[in-house]
Amino acid sequence: MEPLLNISKIDMVFPTPKGDFTALKDVDLQIQKGEFISLIGHSGCGKSTVLNVVAGLYNPTQGGVLLNDREVLEPGPERAVVFQNHSLLPWLTAYQNVELAVDQVFAKNKSPAEKKEWIEYNLKLVHMDHAMHKRPDEISGGMKQRVGIARALAMQPEVLLMDEPFGALDALTRAHMQDSLMEIQEELNNTVIMITHDVDEAVLLSDRIVMMTNGPAATVGEILHVDLPRPRERLALAADPQYNHYRSEVLTFLYEKQRKVEPISTKTKDSAIKTDVKSTA
Amino acid sequence: MPNLVSDFTTGRYDVGFQTKMPPAISAFLRALILPMLGVLVFTLLWSFSASKIDTSLGKFPGPGAVAEQVVNLYNEHQASREKELAFYERQEQRNAARIAKDPTYIPKTRTFTGKETFVDQIGTSLMTVLSGFILAAIIAIPLGIAIGLSKSLNTAINPIIQIFKPVSPLAWLPLVTMVVSALYVSSDPMFAKSYIVSLITVTLCCLWPMVMNTSVGVASLNSDWTNVSRVLRLPTLTHIRKIVLPASVPAIFTGMRLSLGIAWMVLIAAEMLAQNPGLGKFVWDEFQNGSSSSLSRIMTAVLVIGLIGFMLDRSMLLLQRWLSWDKSTQVR
Repeated sequence: MEPLLNISKIDMVFPTPKGDFTALKDVDLQIQKGEFISLIGHSGCGKSTVLNVVAGLYNPTQGGVLLNDREVLEPGPERAVVFQNHSLLPWLTAYQNVELAVDQVFAKNKSPAEKKEWIEYNLKLVHMDHAMHKRPDEISGGMKQRVGIARALAMQPEVLLMDEPFGALDALTRAHMQDSLMEIQEELNNTVIMITHDVDEAVLLSDRIVMMTNGPAATVGEILHVDLPRPRERLALAADPQYNHYRSEVLTFLYEKQRKVEPISTKTKDSAIKTDVKSTA
Repeated sequence: MPNLVSDFTTGRYDVGFQTKMPPAISAFLRALILPMLGVLVFTLLWSFSASKIDTSLGKFPGPGAVAEQVVNLYNEHQASREKELAFYERQEQRNAARIAKDPTYIPKTRTFTGKETFVDQIGTSLMTVLSGFILAAIIAIPLGIAIGLSKSLNTAINPIIQIFKPVSPLAWLPLVTMVVSALYVSSDPMFAKSYIVSLITVTLCCLWPMVMNTSVGVASLNSDWTNVSRVLRLPTLTHIRKIVLPASVPAIFTGMRLSLGIAWMVLIAAEMLAQNPGLGKFVWDEFQNGSSSSLSRIMTAVLVIGLIGFMLDRSMLLLQRWLSWDKSTQVR
């Protein structure tokens, strides 16, 4: 089957004052329609860079991204992004934040009444219909992230990109949000790429877990197919041997095969400090 | 006795005043009493030191002399208004009488040319500062947004701003006066030339802080919000209207408050220097007049200038709190 999204051999090189920095090397990934993909790896390995390339916020140095066989050259609502720090506009209410997206994406296809219904439908989907008319500073972190998801879903994207969507939340809220997300997935069956640090989150939510090697020149290390039946139940899975097998696979990759080698990082830190001193002298 | 001591040290007696009162009331009293105390101490010090200073125009005016002048200045204003009314009444009667005698007569109307009173001068100065300020905002905010959005434009315009920003608008005053007299020629001018000169001076000094603050506010726009706008593919104008403008409202208002404060100070000086109608001219005229009440009238003007400046700043703050989404703005 032709993949919906084809990330084809992308390299990403950032020019820096100290010379070129290769963040990604030869990242290659094909994603089918309706798949839920997690990108996992140590911090600084370029997960966000991959997501930003797919979003069109960065243009890759080599290779390219194809969505429905068309090359991605700029950002667009068909690749909606849920940002890590919710990035809601603080002067707009939850409703108005979603409205901004709906007004732009469905400017011609929906009447004002249909738009209103669609905004409310999406806010209801993330269980935010009770606080629609509150501003971001009046609601909790988890609620802000829900509105951020509603805004992305309201764009009716072909691929939903989530950059550590629950990274800033406490463990209980995060678990709650994961359950909500599974519930939404069951209903909409979106194609999702989600970045995460959390092994349990990755196994619980994903169809495939893409594990990335450490940077610089990070690339796809291993891909793990998670073959657990849906709907998945957090409590039942905790004792499931298959679930625990997947979990240990990811942990092994992260902490044995791709262990962050500390001496290198301290050395680079030292040299960074030295160059700083030089530049200020 | 030891009991009493321990009671005292644990604060059982000490805090009686505050604990018996609900905290809201005690906070209110504090907000009311402390400033009043400050004013009282200042007035006493002022009164005391004023009585020690002798000038060639008599003693330095104390609070009493100022209070007296407040009443005087208000009465003078009332008297002048009555005179003006009487003047127009007489003129009307005279014209009516001439028309009754000769129906072909075209009545002449002359405007009253009495001296401006203190109250008139306050009105003139306020009018000038506000119109100059609004004109500056109309120019500065779009310019600041453009500079904030475009790095190239910023690089091109920044040297000009940096050079003109430290120039006192008073240095411009002679040039502005000459240019206005040369260019603003009309047989029936809508505004007085002096008003135009003061207005441009105010605009010049409001311009730079507003442009700077707006452009910095726009340039430091949260990159997440820009990304949202890019993902939505908002057209440039919608991007400015829906994202850039609301996001920089706090910075824009900071610039506006700053420049309004400077503008009020500069305007008074400009009016003194150019003899343009306003509070500055009042102060200068009183100084030239040199009567025994001159100093107390000037002191009154000084206090009024301060009060109006304070009120202008508070009004801007209220406007900011009303318009801005960022309610954390400090009341200072």
